[in-house]
Amino acid sequence: MAEKDPKKNDVLDLAPETRAPEEAPTEPAGFLKKLTRGLFMTHTELLEKMSSAMQGKVTLDERTFEYLEEVLIGADLGVETSLELVERVRRNARKEQVGSTERLRKLLADEITEILRDAPVPRRFHRGPLLTLVVGVNGVGKTTSIAKLTRRAQSEGQKVLLAAGDTFRAAAIEQLALWGERLGVEVIRQGQGADPGAVVYDAIHAARARGTDRLIIDTAGRLHTKDHLMAELGKVRRVIDREAKDWQVQTLLVLDATTGQNALSQARTFSQVVPIDGVLLAKLDGTAKGGMAVAVAKELRLPVLYLGVGEKADDMVEFRPREFAAALLG
Amino acid sequence: MFDGLQNKLQDVFSRLKGEGKVTPEALDAALRQIRLALLEADVHLRVVKPFIDRVRERALGQEVMESLTPAQQVVKIVRDELAALLGDEGTELRLDGRPAVVMLCGLQGSGKTTTAGKIAKRLKKRGKHPLLVAGDLQRAAAVEQLKQVGRGVDVPVIEPEPGESVVALGTRALGIARQRGHDVMIMDTAGRLHVDAALMDEIRRLAEAIQPVETLFVADSMTGQDAVKSAEQFAAALPLTGAILTKLDGDSRGGAALSIRTVARVPIRFVGIGEKSDDLELFHPERMASRMIGMGDILSLIEKAEKGLDGAETQRLAERMVNKQFTLEDLRDQLRQIRRLGPLASVLEMLPKVGPLKALDASQVDEGGLKKVEAIINSMTPQERNRPDVLNGSRKRRISMGSGTSVAEINRLLKQYKQMQKMMKGVQGKWLRRAMGGGAGMRG
Ligand SMILES: Nc1nc2c(ncn2[C@@H]2O[C@H](COP(=O)(O)OP(=O)(O)O)[C@@H](O)[C@H]2O)c(=O)[nH]1
Ligand SMILES: Nc1nc2c(ncn2[C@@H]2O[C@H](COP(=O)(O)OP(=O)(O)O)[C@@H](O)[C@H]2O)c(=O)[nH]1
Ligand SMILES: [Mg+2]
Ligand SMILES: [Mg+2]
Repeated sequence: MAEKDPKKNDVLDLAPETRAPEEAPTEPAGFLKKLTRGLFMTHTELLEKMSSAMQGKVTLDERTFEYLEEVLIGADLGVETSLELVERVRRNARKEQVGSTERLRKLLADEITEILRDAPVPRRFHRGPLLTLVVGVNGVGKTTSIAKLTRRAQSEGQKVLLAAGDTFRAAAIEQLALWGERLGVEVIRQGQGADPGAVVYDAIHAARARGTDRLIIDTAGRLHTKDHLMAELGKVRRVIDREAKDWQVQTLLVLDATTGQNALSQARTFSQVVPIDGVLLAKLDGTAKGGMAVAVAKELRLPVLYLGVGEKADDMVEFRPREFAAALLG
Repeated sequence: MFDGLQNKLQDVFSRLKGEGKVTPEALDAALRQIRLALLEADVHLRVVKPFIDRVRERALGQEVMESLTPAQQVVKIVRDELAALLGDEGTELRLDGRPAVVMLCGLQGSGKTTTAGKIAKRLKKRGKHPLLVAGDLQRAAAVEQLKQVGRGVDVPVIEPEPGESVVALGTRALGIARQRGHDVMIMDTAGRLHVDAALMDEIRRLAEAIQPVETLFVADSMTGQDAVKSAEQFAAALPLTGAILTKLDGDSRGGAALSIRTVARVPIRFVGIGEKSDDLELFHPERMASRMIGMGDILSLIEKAEKGLDGAETQRLAERMVNKQFTLEDLRDQLRQIRRLGPLASVLEMLPKVGPLKALDASQVDEGGLKKVEAIINSMTPQERNRPDVLNGSRKRRISMGSGTSVAEINRLLKQYKQMQKMMKGVQGKWLRRAMGGGAGMRG
């Protein structure tokens, strides 16, 4: 590990025992083979390999920092954020002459935590009617997250009303209605193809009439690149501004933890149409690390509020920066 | 916004210029840019490394080092290599067996159910009689969703009976398909995480029971580095015959395609480009390669234009434009044609950011503005459209009332129209004329 030969600075040579079995002879010359061999090992495994190979000791050479960079990029933090983080760690590690991988990992986790904590503190809502608008691209987990938010509000003794604002996707209304039934909350709905603004209008007035504490509005998934769909969302927002003047209004952007760099583009465009209060990061129960949430926090100053960790109404936890940072690296 | 790789490389090579030759520093800097571009496109790290080595090897050859246009040369290498790695053009589904069974699998929310409908529609166009099976017993109202999707494409849907397992459902549906003479059975399944051992085992047993001839992994094109793990593990659990990359109508660079192709060794067959049942296309590796490095998807645009535009009409407008007879009415017709291609931003997004198009920013495009222009022109009399000079104050007020716009907006349009006329006379006109002259190639 300690030799200086730059030729050896190749992760692929680090742990020959993790190589894939030999390729079928039909494969194009060596290249795919090399690819697969590299792919056989993931970053976490890599880091572990690295630390065990070094028995917990670390030399602060370029190779080490390159590893760190790869761990971060591999967790979807994106190139820019990853490079910046490693730069900060490099400075601090050199300053305090770090000698153990544990310490190095800690430094990195600290930097990530700091970025996450640096995003504005989520607004605290006082008791009284709160309207939550849930937005995001297709299939990220908006509707399921609404079930989770409902369960949470209920556990705090709130009376919840839901609005089936996705009038586009097949059976989106039925999906929310079914969750409403399971959770014992009323769902305001119109037919498929109805104007979502009209559904929201109805829901606000129904919530007022019933003295509801909490109104959560589902919306259709929309790719942020589609102007007409984003304009439709803007219209929903205007209905809310007009009809729920005396309410506290919160908008949550749902991001899918498996999403890569595009999450940044999503967050940027959605924030231009509706002011986003925070991010709900869904599907963290898989192997994806959701590192783009760090880039989103850094570049767009959007705090992460909740993590989705499964398909059931209970599968949501509050976001904790330090734990998240540790999980990113672990 | 992501600038095309070509621009970045151009910068690098002009900054680090040697005596008419490419310096080693310049090549290194260029390779670094390529690495960043690929990582920004979500290509997996482990794919990027050997890829860069490969590009370096080829770039060291004479064609680049001696070239006066090294940026173009390197981009070409990158694109060729990417396209080669991405594999072959997508192929239509194999339909051996009676019924031929097509099974969809993948993570939650990747687009399986929507894709099932798209496939059903495509097969119907091939003269088949597909049957859909609602195999998602997990997600709320998933069965209802497929039922509605099936209704939309006019294909029957078999739904589970109370308490029925998905394996039992698949087997029963197979019997029904045979009995009713369906030649294809399309099996939708619940989304599952590749780490969910119980559900992965379930789908393995389902595959054993219904013996699909096509087992398709449906993946979200926005997926990041995790694409490697999920694809790899689905491929390990099931004999995948292809992958379908969905949501490519967005602005993701689609690097996941490369991870899926090279790790899971699964050929990419189709791409999803929208939520509607027609929004499914065969996969084209060259286009995907261009997209990954930010070169725009000009081929898709041309194809879209061919489908969406009326050839004769386009020709007529082009001629009028060249002959400077382009009236406001022609402008309106042209806008209508463009609008038919889809939301303007997504059309522009497909263009490469080079040449005169460099300054175009799709996110700045005002779709509503175009509608207003149309409304204004609609409110004019034919005479006014042909000779806008006659528009005086009172006529403008009338048009403003009729179109729900302001007089200022009408004036702006007229000013732009005048500028356009001037432009067509000038240099741009020549460029345009040449472009139009070569326009036949667009259809060829
Ligand atoms: N594993 C996992 N699946 C989730 C999570 N949140 C949502 N899903 C699943 O993702 C799919 C899409 O969710 P849905 O709420 O319909 O997304 P929407 O289109 O954004 O409303 C469904 O199959 C959900 O069960 C999560 O936190 N973890
Ligand atoms: N824009 C776009 N949306 C898509 C595409 N394919 C699927 N979707 C959307 O993605 C979401 C999830 O799709 P669905 O078929 O329910 O996913 P499943 O959970 O895998 O069955 C829905 O909102 C679909 O409309 C596509 O190619 N483009
Ligand atoms: Mg939904
Ligand atoms: Mg589904």
